[in-house]
Amino acid sequence: MRVIIFRRWIAAAALLLVCACANAAPSSTSIFSNKTTPAHELNDLSIFVLGITGLIYVGVSGLLLYAIVKFRARKGDTTEPPQVFGSMQIELSWTIIPILIIVILFLTTARVLFSVQDAQKPANALDVVVVGHQFWWEFRYPQYNIATANELHVPLSSKAAPRPTFMKLTSADVMHSFWVPQLNGKTDLLPNRVNEMWIDPQQAGLFVGQCAQFCGPEHARMLLRVYVDTPEQFKAWVASQQKTQPELSELPGGAQGSANETAPNVGNQGGVVQAATNKVPPNSPTTRGNVAGLGESQEISARTGQYVFEHEACISCHTVSGTVATGRYGPDLTHLMSRETIASGAAPNTKDKLLEWVGDPNQIKPGCLMPAMHLSDRQNEQITAYLLTLK
Amino acid sequence: MGTDSMPAPQGIETGLDRTPAASRTGTYLELIHSWIVTVDHKRLGILYICYALVFLLVAGAEALLIRIQLFYPDNHFVSPYTYNRLFTMHGTTMVFLVGMPILFGFGNYLVPLMIGARDMAFPRLNAFSFWISAFAGLLLYYSFIGGVGLYGTGSAPDVAWFAYAPLTERAFSPGHAVDYWAVAILASGIGSIGTAINIIATVFCMRCRGMTLSRIPLLGWLYATVSFLVLVAVSPLTAAQAMLLIDRYLGGHFFDTQMGGSAILWAHFFWIFGHPEVYVLVLPAFAFANEIIPVFSRKAIFGYPAMVAASVGIGFISLGVWAHHMFTIGMTSFGNAFFTLSTMLVSIPTGIKTFNWLATLWGGKIRFATPMLFSIAFLFQWVIAGLTGIMLSVSAWNWQLHNSYFVVAHFHYVLVGAIVFMIFAAIYYWYPKMTGRMLDERLGKWHFWLMVIGFHVTFDVMHFPGLLGMPRQIFTYEPDRGWTLLNQIVSVGGFIQGIAVLILVYNLVHSYFRGVEAGPDPWDAWTLEWSTTSPPPAYNFVVDPVVASRRPLWDLKHPEDPDSAFE
Repeated sequence: MRVIIFRRWIAAAALLLVCACANAAPSSTSIFSNKTTPAHELNDLSIFVLGITGLIYVGVSGLLLYAIVKFRARKGDTTEPPQVFGSMQIELSWTIIPILIIVILFLTTARVLFSVQDAQKPANALDVVVVGHQFWWEFRYPQYNIATANELHVPLSSKAAPRPTFMKLTSADVMHSFWVPQLNGKTDLLPNRVNEMWIDPQQAGLFVGQCAQFCGPEHARMLLRVYVDTPEQFKAWVASQQKTQPELSELPGGAQGSANETAPNVGNQGGVVQAATNKVPPNSPTTRGNVAGLGESQEISARTGQYVFEHEACISCHTVSGTVATGRYGPDLTHLMSRETIASGAAPNTKDKLLEWVGDPNQIKPGCLMPAMHLSDRQNEQITAYLLTLK
Repeated sequence: MGTDSMPAPQGIETGLDRTPAASRTGTYLELIHSWIVTVDHKRLGILYICYALVFLLVAGAEALLIRIQLFYPDNHFVSPYTYNRLFTMHGTTMVFLVGMPILFGFGNYLVPLMIGARDMAFPRLNAFSFWISAFAGLLLYYSFIGGVGLYGTGSAPDVAWFAYAPLTERAFSPGHAVDYWAVAILASGIGSIGTAINIIATVFCMRCRGMTLSRIPLLGWLYATVSFLVLVAVSPLTAAQAMLLIDRYLGGHFFDTQMGGSAILWAHFFWIFGHPEVYVLVLPAFAFANEIIPVFSRKAIFGYPAMVAASVGIGFISLGVWAHHMFTIGMTSFGNAFFTLSTMLVSIPTGIKTFNWLATLWGGKIRFATPMLFSIAFLFQWVIAGLTGIMLSVSAWNWQLHNSYFVVAHFHYVLVGAIVFMIFAAIYYWYPKMTGRMLDERLGKWHFWLMVIGFHVTFDVMHFPGLLGMPRQIFTYEPDRGWTLLNQIVSVGGFIQGIAVLILVYNLVHSYFRGVEAGPDPWDAWTLEWSTTSPPPAYNFVVDPVVASRRPLWDLKHPEDPDSAFE
């Protein structure tokens, strides 16, 4: 008997704890949310189901408790109780009542299920393509020709001016799952398949979540951030994301300026650059950089950084739109500095963390697929200086 | 044969063999040899149980390492790679090397005894099934040494116990860890299918005289149901492992999404096995409850025909619910609705069973020996496990709960709160039969209370990080999510359970040498296994039993009020 009392005590304490923890958390990922349309409907359904199951629990465990206390063997009583083998009426009743409860639960569930899953997409909805990667998120906005990573921006939707976001989800490698509990339940991202989900946030702000389907070593730090912007903020964000980045060495005065600052190369990459110049066509970035003398530069600046960025393997995986960097394997870096985090939320987007990340990503996120490029400290600082300009 | 060194001869003369140590006559080599070559269902049953208990300790240790890692956010106790191996091996071990073997062990030991047979239908197949299962366990654990090939450092599988494609393809899992996983499960699947065939044949062909279908002890019915489920459910898993190996080594593309394969196909295959598997594990737990609760309530089981129908019904329905593990994978709304309804239907036969147990307690004279304490805790915990199961079947809510710690808490409520608790009850209940000695009651009470406390501290609290958005299978978590304190409580509870299990292990060893002698029928029970000596001779019964009711020993003890008068 004490078992039960103890368990209830624990359950009550745990509930209090949860409330305390949930309130203390600055970025809540509680599934009980009233802030957006689908999550709100799931919330109401869950409260209803919790109510029914709670009543069943109290009823059944109350009966069990009563039976155990009432029918315990008394001391010294060695006689056997009367043997009862069954009762058709009672057994029928506890077959039929659960059937009725299930009919109610099923119909309630089905209503929410169909209304959420089969919702019609309004004409003004925002389209987003979400591509899961080991271990980061790619977001594309086909209506605006924008690509970004890990931090999704969507417009606020209000009763007066509803503007839901409809997402198409797929994966570039293994299975992932998109889960921001305050916005909606989760939907899996599968390679070779497109799933759909929608959100309709009615409160501005940051909503966090993370990958919810085990996808490899760094599954735990495939974090998700969704920014719900007011329509004006969203418009401004779209405009800023649509800008491209310049080739710095081609800017007027750029070549002149850098030539003055060029110092004799004592590093080990001069030879590499020399060798490379012999092979590449005249229009390539290498040639341009060589003209500017950036390959040998000791200078730590965005221009020298871009040179290193474009001559090491970085551009095989990363895109900086407007430049020769058009890799698609890693996150789009065009507006890297507009994001608050790097490494899919594993670190804040600061100069120090960028330096550490470019130097050896596995220090921050062991198991991530970006390799350490074995750059010299100077090259590392140059690349970071360049990245810091990608606003 | 292994039976040569059994103490059977004394048993014939005296009718009671009170010298369990007698089987240890002869050299140690002979002793070991006799256990290795044995085809005796009782010895194989004990081998299964011991084997499972060893792996229980191993997988339990893995769970505790997991809990240490999660004690703090951003903890560096183990690397992400190690952590992923730990939870993969914990899950795989607990299901395939602990749950299945220990339940088959009890089935092996009890089914022939309870239906009055002298052995299983196919004793050699029985031995083969055990040894191939044992081989599977060793193979899986050898991956710690040999996972990436002979010249690499070892690596165990790290793809989670459901091993979703295409993470298991060679592009994402090079090395041999996944191969060890696939081959080990293939091998253990062959063993399970062999045992299932054996149990079905035994239950339906080997019953003693007078034991009609409606007089089979409920444990027999449940094990027959489980065995049919194993035949239907384990075969697709075995097929899927073969397909995975074809993908990895013969250029197949079943699950290779880069070549047009399907990730969902694997998920369907796995859960067509995976959900019936839950019932493969839980139905034997029900079987133990069906035997233990009546004996300690001093009443016949309430509604025997309904219990049989409910058990078979659970088995049948459980074959049609698998995709409730896949509500977020992108099925159509109609598909989601179908699996919502089919899953909810399971609760009807399950409810019938629960209420029948309640009715069995009702009007009884309940004795609180250790087996009954575990059974009562099981009843309360099973109600909660069932209700959280209903919550998860609500597909729209499942989109939130799926793959969160709420799910982890739910299935541990089933696997530990129901199944492990009933396994402990079964150990306390049948250990006297197996060894001839009682387990120590005082240690048993300590074991029980620590287990109950540890269980609830761990798994009640574990629901809440899930509701707060914590996904499963993450090696670390963000400090600002409000999950830290909850995880710390869960970890503490885990260690309390660890201590409880160590007490059980001590009790098992201690009582084997020092325990009070049990005699043939220490619990004043009613089924046939209690009519023979403890431990029973190799041939089980001196004379083939003949029964006239579901409770033959009740009829013997109460000639004035026999069950046979009412059937």
